[in-house]
Amino acid sequence: MSEASLYQAFSTVLKRDLTLAYRTRTEMVNPMLFFIIVISLFPLAVSPDPKVLQSLAPGVIWVAALLATLLSLDSMFRSDFDDGALEQMLLSVHPVSVLVLGKVLAHWLVTGIPLLLLAPLLAVLLHMPSDSIPALMTTLALGGPILSLVGAIGVALTVGLRRGGVLLSLLILPLYIPVLIFAANAVSNAAAGLAIAGQLYFLGALLALALTLAPIATAAALRISLR
Amino acid sequence: MTEFFHMGGYAFFVWTSYGLATIILIANVILPIQRKKEILNTLKRRLRREQS
Amino acid sequence: MWLFFHKLGSPKYFYDLSGKFLPWFGGLTLILMLLGSYWGLVVAPADYQQGDSYRIIYIHVPAAWMSLFVYIVMASAGAIGLIWKMKMADVVASCSAPLGAAFTFLALVTGSLWGKPMWGTYWVWDARLTSELILLFLYLGFMGLEAAIDDKRTAANACAVLALVGVVNIPIIHYSVEWWNTLHQGSTVARVDKPAMDVNMLIPLLIMWFAFMFYYGTTLFMRARNEVLYRERDTAWVKEMVTE
Repeated sequence: MSEASLYQAFSTVLKRDLTLAYRTRTEMVNPMLFFIIVISLFPLAVSPDPKVLQSLAPGVIWVAALLATLLSLDSMFRSDFDDGALEQMLLSVHPVSVLVLGKVLAHWLVTGIPLLLLAPLLAVLLHMPSDSIPALMTTLALGGPILSLVGAIGVALTVGLRRGGVLLSLLILPLYIPVLIFAANAVSNAAAGLAIAGQLYFLGALLALALTLAPIATAAALRISLR
Repeated sequence: MTEFFHMGGYAFFVWTSYGLATIILIANVILPIQRKKEILNTLKRRLRREQS
Repeated sequence: MWLFFHKLGSPKYFYDLSGKFLPWFGGLTLILMLLGSYWGLVVAPADYQQGDSYRIIYIHVPAAWMSLFVYIVMASAGAIGLIWKMKMADVVASCSAPLGAAFTFLALVTGSLWGKPMWGTYWVWDARLTSELILLFLYLGFMGLEAAIDDKRTAANACAVLALVGVVNIPIIHYSVEWWNTLHQGSTVARVDKPAMDVNMLIPLLIMWFAFMFYYGTTLFMRARNEVLYRERDTAWVKEMVTE
């Protein structure tokens, strides 16, 4: 039996997680529904006035995306933890961080991309000017993976706990603040017709940082949680 | 003396700050002392149970 | 030096040594606290712009400094515990968290009490206040995670990872909040330009800072000793000490 290469291991994990997600697709839809419902509550709670909604929109959409991601995070390692697949993963010859990266990518493809695709629709619901919609999608494309990457650390730390859900949000939400600040600001700037390159560069830098460090931290956290 | 306590009209803010600081700082000293008593009592009781 | 480090890792040695230092630390804390408060409240002149309200600085600034310092200590201790599996480092990290949270809370409340007379409101989304609030969340998350995991060693290691992630994030959070703040506020908060501080104002600040440092040392020792006693409850030396 030949050793699987690093890339093969990565893509196997990715494919496996995508297949699993496809089999439980009704469950996967829930965060998206949550995203839509939360956003549709704002006009009801605050005001249906287009001007008010317009000024709130970038923040509201981003906060809702953050919470929707948070809800979906729990499933990242939960079922693997329950059926013991996670332990097998830690025993593999390949670096755990690479396997983790595969799982995070799968998570982003399954939740981040749908959020990204839903965003323009919700932007229209909140009367966002059409110029800012590309900016919104770009920030979600850059920021979404960061949310999945950083979230993975939190999930890995709380995976063995019976009631990790609330604790997870307490651990992760403060770490999401820089992403939230820069992304929401970029979108409001775009709506006002200002330059947003600086914010996007910063999000890109954060993504690079998260991409390099988060899988390592997640792997370490998984080892600790499963001991 | 009253002038000192008056703090140039900022008495409420200054004395609340200092008062709160005192409470928090003292509480953080008392808590470990009580905890120590608690631990020692538990250990003593356990030891007595083991010996008898 | 290395030997000392190793010895310090042994719980009994730590317990004995810290027991000797504790009264000195405690005494020094008390003296410095009283001296600093007296100097700050009585001797130091009133500020020409802020009047007497600036005297909150003697609580607020040391507390804010300590809130960061304790986090750094906590994360370093966590890293040492994670890498070298040193039990005492775990104890230091876990005992630091509630103290750091207390300092952070104190800095926040005194900051808002200072803000009311200066800015006219208890809370502004000022960059420093906001990052301090986030720091409090980080501390509470750390304590929450520690409380949620039953096994002490797993808890310590998981918390160490969290603290290290936090250390990477704190500068990012701080600068993003600062940047966000300059965009949103700027004109609404009247920033008081600080001229060079009077020596009589500066000295009590330094004294209070030392006082807070020693206070942290004292309370950390007290908590760590309890933790050691509890963790080592089955060893001969603890049993011997209890029966005395």
